[in-house]
Amino acid sequence: MTAPTETRTRAGRLTRLFVSGPPVIFLVVFFLVPALIMVVASFRFPGEFGALAPMFGAAPGVETGFTVENYGFFFGDSIYAQIFIKSFGVAGLTTLICLVMAYPVALLIARSPKRYRDMMVLLVILPFASNFLVRVYAWMIILGPLDLLFSRFAVIVGMVYVHLPFMILPLYTNLEKHDPALLDAAQDLGANAWQRFWRVTFPLSLPGIFSGSALVFIPVLGMFAIPEILGGKDDWLVGNLIKESFLGTRDWPFGSMLSLMLTIAVLAIAMMASWLAQRGVARA
Amino acid sequence: MRRSPLLWAAAIAVYAFLYIPLLVVVIFSFNDSKLNAEWVGFTFDWYRKLAANQEMRAAAINSLFIALVAAGLATVLGTMAGIAMHRYKSKLLPILALTPVAMPEILLGVSLLIFFISVLGEESLSLLTVIIAHTTFCIGFVAIIVRARLSGMDESIFEAARDLGATPWQTFRLVTLPLIMPGVVAGALMAFTLSIDDFVITFFTAGAGVPTLPLTIYTMIKVAVTPEVNALSTLFMLLTLTLIVLAGRLAPDALRGKG
Repeated sequence: MTAPTETRTRAGRLTRLFVSGPPVIFLVVFFLVPALIMVVASFRFPGEFGALAPMFGAAPGVETGFTVENYGFFFGDSIYAQIFIKSFGVAGLTTLICLVMAYPVALLIARSPKRYRDMMVLLVILPFASNFLVRVYAWMIILGPLDLLFSRFAVIVGMVYVHLPFMILPLYTNLEKHDPALLDAAQDLGANAWQRFWRVTFPLSLPGIFSGSALVFIPVLGMFAIPEILGGKDDWLVGNLIKESFLGTRDWPFGSMLSLMLTIAVLAIAMMASWLAQRGVARA
Repeated sequence: MRRSPLLWAAAIAVYAFLYIPLLVVVIFSFNDSKLNAEWVGFTFDWYRKLAANQEMRAAAINSLFIALVAAGLATVLGTMAGIAMHRYKSKLLPILALTPVAMPEILLGVSLLIFFISVLGEESLSLLTVIIAHTTFCIGFVAIIVRARLSGMDESIFEAARDLGATPWQTFRLVTLPLIMPGVVAGALMAFTLSIDDFVITFFTAGAGVPTLPLTIYTMIKVAVTPEVNALSTLFMLLTLTLIVLAGRLAPDALRGKG
């Protein structure tokens, strides 16, 4: 009796290794290792011609070894903190506008007859079918003649336009699950339309709001192309700072430090959003 | 069904906000004027100019080649990852596969840039590095779709196959694969679309020698905006539109934001 079970588990283990092995190896080599190299790079010096000082056999005069210098630069000059705060502000404002615009659409889809819902969702996704740069470029054409191009306003418009579906979809997924009987009950108890929304629908939709907000806030935080294309001269966000460190000044250790700071910010936001969403579910 | 006129009005305004900018691009792609300012007359000139542009053709070929290979690799690895996540409830794989999807793209872009240059050398940025980069972020999307497909299935089918003496490979080839096929195909189309559309990660991993369509659009927008961009954008829109509709047909659930 023991023998077949044992071969079965051994075969099972082999199968598991065969199925999980290739994706795990690929992702460890091309995602985890690069991420770890970036962490190490943030504690090192740039090389002779920028980039990164080699671990071994560096040219004479190039400093090797480890340093916290990059972090010193970051905390020593308030300009970097200001750019981070500005990026948070832009991301926050974008998220808020997305929420205000997404809510009526998500609510309308959720309250439409079932047979129309898929079509209405598809209509939200379709503009996604155009390339990200095309969607940004469209606003160049529209805002250019209105003299609104190359401003903070243009950046926010572009950010909202590109990320709006990320807010609509999770919000709709949440609103679709609400039981209409709750609204009937509220109405029977004398709640008016506003009260029904504010005291029933809205609190129940909080998990959808938090996951949508994370899906908008996080990519906006790292965006460099929209400020570069639609924004004013040198009105930089964190993404522009990182891009410039890698491709402009080629100070990779400094860029790595900035990327690490951004990663920490993103992780903090993601954890907060999932915590809030769970609390929302627990309360609902 | 509570749908007040106010709700309708607000929702229609938002739909208009989503579509008007793209319509403007399409309309101006047929405009017989060098400026994107006012309608002058109808023309196909910008499409003709585009077709004659050699650089553009090279970029299109690069984009297609990268998307085909990256989508192929990501589909195989992502399907394996999706099956492994579903069957073995592995804790490591979801983190490895889904973090690249959830992080701002620039982070994956710069970390791969450091990795390629410091491990493979200063001259290593090429088609290959772009393909690897695209595969890395596409695996997660394929895995999510395949896992969603598997989680709706009755486990007893696989047990029955095993009880009837099928080897793991036979079970996979004759039972699992045919059942998850719509998910796999939708995942492949999704990966293809994401790859051909990607700008940020390509920007950091392509180096100077590998122009792709998004990189070309970026350069055109930054240097000089000509109506050629409108024509290219319109064609590009048609291409991705076709792919998305195709993916939606094959796996309606995959597009409903279940990630």
